[in-house]
Amino acid sequence: MWDYTEKVMDHFLNPRNVGFIEDADGVGEVGSLACGDALILTFKLDGNGRIADAKFKTFGCASAVASSSVLTEMIKGMTLEEAVGVTNQDIARRLGGLPHQKMHCSVMGQEALEAAIQDYYKRKQGIAPPKPRGQIVCTCFGVTDEEIRKVVRENDLTTVEEVTNYCKAGGGCGGCHGRIEELIAEVQARKGVEPRVAAPKRPAKLTNIQKIQLVQQTINEQIRPALRADGGDIELIDVEGSKVIVALRGMCAQCKMAQFTMKDVVQAKLREFVSEDLVVEEQKDPADTPQAGSEVDS
Amino acid sequence: MNRVIYMDNNATTRVADEVAEAMRPYLTERYGNPSSMHTFGGQVAGDIARAREQVADLLGCHPEEILFTSCGTESDNTAIKGTLASYPEKRKIVTTRVEHPAVLSTCRDLERHGYSVSEIAVDREGRLDLDELGFRMDDNTAIVSVMWANNETGTIFPIDEVARIVTERGIVFHTDAVQAVGKIPISLTDTPIDLLSLAGHKLHAPKGIGVLYVRKGTRLGTFMHGGHQEGGRRGGTENVPGIIALGKACELARRYMDEENTRVRALRDRLEQKILASCPDCMVNGDVENRLPNTLNVSFEYIEGEAILLMLDKFGICASSGSACTSGSLEPSHVLRAMGVPFTAAHGSIRFSLSRYSTEQEVDFVAEKLPAVVQRLRELSPFVKTA
Repeated sequence: MWDYTEKVMDHFLNPRNVGFIEDADGVGEVGSLACGDALILTFKLDGNGRIADAKFKTFGCASAVASSSVLTEMIKGMTLEEAVGVTNQDIARRLGGLPHQKMHCSVMGQEALEAAIQDYYKRKQGIAPPKPRGQIVCTCFGVTDEEIRKVVRENDLTTVEEVTNYCKAGGGCGGCHGRIEELIAEVQARKGVEPRVAAPKRPAKLTNIQKIQLVQQTINEQIRPALRADGGDIELIDVEGSKVIVALRGMCAQCKMAQFTMKDVVQAKLREFVSEDLVVEEQKDPADTPQAGSEVDS
Repeated sequence: MNRVIYMDNNATTRVADEVAEAMRPYLTERYGNPSSMHTFGGQVAGDIARAREQVADLLGCHPEEILFTSCGTESDNTAIKGTLASYPEKRKIVTTRVEHPAVLSTCRDLERHGYSVSEIAVDREGRLDLDELGFRMDDNTAIVSVMWANNETGTIFPIDEVARIVTERGIVFHTDAVQAVGKIPISLTDTPIDLLSLAGHKLHAPKGIGVLYVRKGTRLGTFMHGGHQEGGRRGGTENVPGIIALGKACELARRYMDEENTRVRALRDRLEQKILASCPDCMVNGDVENRLPNTLNVSFEYIEGEAILLMLDKFGICASSGSACTSGSLEPSHVLRAMGVPFTAAHGSIRFSLSRYSTEQEVDFVAEKLPAVVQRLRELSPFVKTA
């Protein structure tokens, strides 16, 4: 059972400001049903440009509801300049802290607020504030490089696991772990901190047998666990020179991962860990594959 | 603590009063070591032999085929790793995508040590693809491990048929029967299972006692080196109170088997009907026709499982969820995902699991409280359009 503070349970069981302001000045919407949590935040300004009312609707666990609820309390009375300075840390602190694995709930609150404020500027002034949303890094949860940089910077994160706890990036198929490591390194380098990122050790020259073993090892350790997490699987069929033939099956059809081919992900991993010149080919029907041993042995 | 409405019996069960009473002397005056030469210890050895018979009677096997372990997980690990050690020339394991982590994690670790693992798919109702099982097995396969009944959905696999398909190929067959034992009739005389795991705490014995059934003639070496206990296969002084307790619990399970499949089933069905009638946008997960009599897994659209559980907890109602948030991972239940249950429904899945201690009043209490909880959370949900 989660160790929630009394404050979290209070805001979960007695959420404040539930609802949707119909004539809102700003509407922020983040998350999705598939991701497991989602939030719509609406606010209305008074004559002095202060937030007079804020309401939320949240799909998610207790800490997601509590983060949204406490956020609406926090921002009431703030100007937009003040509100834009609210961080996920502020939200978590107001709740008396959140379990580490639940920090992404506070980040979701902060992101909804940011989105609502951007929406306000877009509506009232016809211009979006010059804040780029960035490139999608984690396709499973739709997290951009800008969002990852932000949580790394504001929460001083140094590992992929921490990034996942804070913004979910990397929590699905795992295909973006390499990119997240790069972003951590980039942000931390700017701060002058030596990042704890292990560069892959790629051997200089491989015999054919060593290569096959390393391909199999990379598939077992780096690729298969991620595919399995999505209900898929991979089998190594053959290695011919620099051509690696694999069979893929049972991909999660709902996942955004399906938008680009798994072949590319597998190839990128194999190039990272085995050899730069590898080309991956996919064998279509694993059911027709002769089972290992049955032909060779007899 | 206020009243507890316990509907989480697939997680663990209360120790039956008769079981607690049976084990008590072994925590107090009957503390002898069954391996000792004196009568005081020797009597205990006799009591263990009796418990072994009680377990064998429930499973329909010989007492000497029963090995006591510490839990279901130890039994699963031992069955799989022990078999691989006995067949060093074979490097493949076949299992399913919906196994308990005790089997799945073990297999995936072995994969990192060079074994190859095939996981059989299930369909939308959680039914096993027996054709796939057929073509996944090959001459390199040492063991096939398929659970008897699923802990999350209660779906029962056709283990008689699976065991026949596997053993006809000369491959060792193991089943994790942790959820099945005590809930549905089992006869190892009639089913060619080589290895079977069970855990005492799922059938009203205490935690810390499990069994690995090893069919006579099955190759399985010593798995805990030490003394000559358990025929030399598992050294270590016996967990005497646990063994006595499990024996008693198995005797009781036989006695209550009919009740489990009539009264408990009727209670589960009553809960299911009431929930489906009173909560819109919900659905039952699993193979409704072939399901443990005590288990109900139901998904509520647009809301999240942890939130439901915490609100039920306020009424003293204990249940489980396949939601991502309850586990600390970001992904919902691997079982529901393997079945292709939409993420939206998997996040809002709740498992109620009853026992022979469940009452109609409890079922009605849950059915009365649940709709308001669901309604309340839906009012918070951005996916429900309320006026």
